[in-house]
Amino acid sequence: MQHRGYFDQFGGAFIPEILIPTFDELEAAYLEAKADPAFWEEYKTLMATYSGRPTPLTRADNLTEHFGGAQIYVKREDLNHTGAHKANNVMGQGLLTKRMGKTRVIAETGAGQHGVATATMAAKFGFDCTIYMGEIDVERQRPNVFWMERMGAEVIPVTDGSRILKDAINEAFRDWVTNMDNTHYVLGTACGPYPFPEMVSWFQSIIGIEAREQMLREVGKLPRRAYACVGGGSNAMGLFSGFFDDPEVELVGVEAGGRGKGIGEHASRLAYDDATVGVAQGYKTYFLQDDEGQMQETHSVSAGLDYVGVSPILSGLYESGRVRFEAATDKEVIDAMSLTVRREGLIPALESSHAFSQAFKEVGDMDPEDAIIINQSGRADKDIFTVADALQDPKWEAFIIAKAEEYKNA
Amino acid sequence: MLESYIRSRREQKELLLMTHIVLGYPSFDDSMRMVESMVEAGVDLMELQIPFSEPMADGPVILKANSEALATGARVEKSLEIAEKITASFDIPFLFMTYYNILFRNGVDAFVGGMAEIGIRGAIIPDLPPEEGSEYLTAMKKHSLAPIHIFTPNSSDERMSMLSDKSEGFIYTVARKGVTGKDTAFSDELGDYLSRCRAATSLPLALGFGVKSREDIDFIRGKADIAVIGSETIRVVEKDGVAAVKPFIQQLQD
Repeated sequence: MQHRGYFDQFGGAFIPEILIPTFDELEAAYLEAKADPAFWEEYKTLMATYSGRPTPLTRADNLTEHFGGAQIYVKREDLNHTGAHKANNVMGQGLLTKRMGKTRVIAETGAGQHGVATATMAAKFGFDCTIYMGEIDVERQRPNVFWMERMGAEVIPVTDGSRILKDAINEAFRDWVTNMDNTHYVLGTACGPYPFPEMVSWFQSIIGIEAREQMLREVGKLPRRAYACVGGGSNAMGLFSGFFDDPEVELVGVEAGGRGKGIGEHASRLAYDDATVGVAQGYKTYFLQDDEGQMQETHSVSAGLDYVGVSPILSGLYESGRVRFEAATDKEVIDAMSLTVRREGLIPALESSHAFSQAFKEVGDMDPEDAIIINQSGRADKDIFTVADALQDPKWEAFIIAKAEEYKNA
Repeated sequence: MLESYIRSRREQKELLLMTHIVLGYPSFDDSMRMVESMVEAGVDLMELQIPFSEPMADGPVILKANSEALATGARVEKSLEIAEKITASFDIPFLFMTYYNILFRNGVDAFVGGMAEIGIRGAIIPDLPPEEGSEYLTAMKKHSLAPIHIFTPNSSDERMSMLSDKSEGFIYTVARKGVTGKDTAFSDELGDYLSRCRAATSLPLALGFGVKSREDIDFIRGKADIAVIGSETIRVVEKDGVAAVKPFIQQLQD
């Protein structure tokens, strides 16, 4: 018997017996691909020709001047096809699905980015595709549902539990335990049972590999600090993994501070002290749960960070102190986003804006000789409905009302 | 202990019946009345499920029962209290079915010790494969409780034999892939699978997932030792109320 996939005390594979052979098969395919240099080359070529990699490193001169501290560099994951780092993981798992000879993919999605990315991959590779999405999210993310359906995916609204991301994950597992023979579950983040946390982090490591090279080549030095937002943790794992062997680079993970401390008000598992260690959704990590082990509601302005658990690898790095965890509140995040849009013309997703917010709190006190890097994990312009709501833009609201009238009278 | 109960009971009855309820659904009073009806109807052993917010191995019927029980305040503490009353009032073995976090959060050894104290005889933890369960298995052994593992149509012979080594009491064999409460085709293929299960373990076999009618029970007779009725009794209660439980269980065994 193997005791697999642990980071410190976190991780593991707490899975129903029916899925054991499926996970054995996935682990074998993953380890084989990882040991095969041709696989990584194929992956890099795919990402270059389909998703525009390597993504650029952008020097944010105006923000640097605004804060008057260290130089600010932005890693542009927003420029991936489908607008976020999610593409890195999804295309990698697509290649693995092909290797395993499976013909159908399923995925969970919260805001819809991972669903859109998976539907895109399925369209490209010719897989059947089913996306599970909480009913509440389907209602508030119509534009993403629109694209998933256009790409041929079936979007199933999940009406159980609290009808959000974690419930979509449970439902995807229920599909998988029935259809594992032809189906691969494309888990969207560095969470879940082994080998998912490790495998997703491996695909996302393309961010950190590029970022480190770009810093050395274009800036001539490593960053003093690297900032990434943390929901499940995949974009953070991607960026951070480029600097694990550089102790002079401080790694800062930024969680959703929501409306502030207190269960139900936020989704900060590590930065606040409301979470405790538990086992759910197939893995052991810090969860926002009650004293008896029931998962609790979470809140964030950004759906992509609104999740009860966190990557077991990040929980391990939290315990070891290698990564520092902070939280940014909804209000701070909106301010950081507005400033970035106004000063740089960059449009970071609400998720990514958490990383910007924390960097902005610190950068002014840093030496102007130093540099920092912020991971812009996604772009917000395609989430205009959500962002306009968060910014409470009155002209947008008037436009939507007028548009609705137009449809009504058509 | 559990195994010897099953063996001696089997001398009088060709196929035993195990039923399942979710504690606190629709209410704790109803849970008590359902157990009473089931015992009176001749059920041989029962699974008491402690509600969990993320029941990943359960289908829609039990999933809904879990979340509604939690929504109406089914605390773990209350589930333990009612379980203690149940074991004190009825003379058949009762098992816990729940997910690992319920044990883990309360402290595995403490929780298992508590189970022994209130007269629970064993447990089924569907998200805890033996690879992750050493603390649990040690505690179960220490308190002489039966850890029950699951065979599936996907399990290799080698894995079945390992699971059997880690189990006491009986083996829970699931009739098909998927989650609880969906239809199962009771076919020759299932018969072949059950003979494979039989060859892999000397423990008694219980068969569950999608068992809901007398025809299903007749099919299982002779192939397994225990038939498990899970989601179907919850459906019966939802449709016709708690009073319908006893006649439903009785007609299965006539």
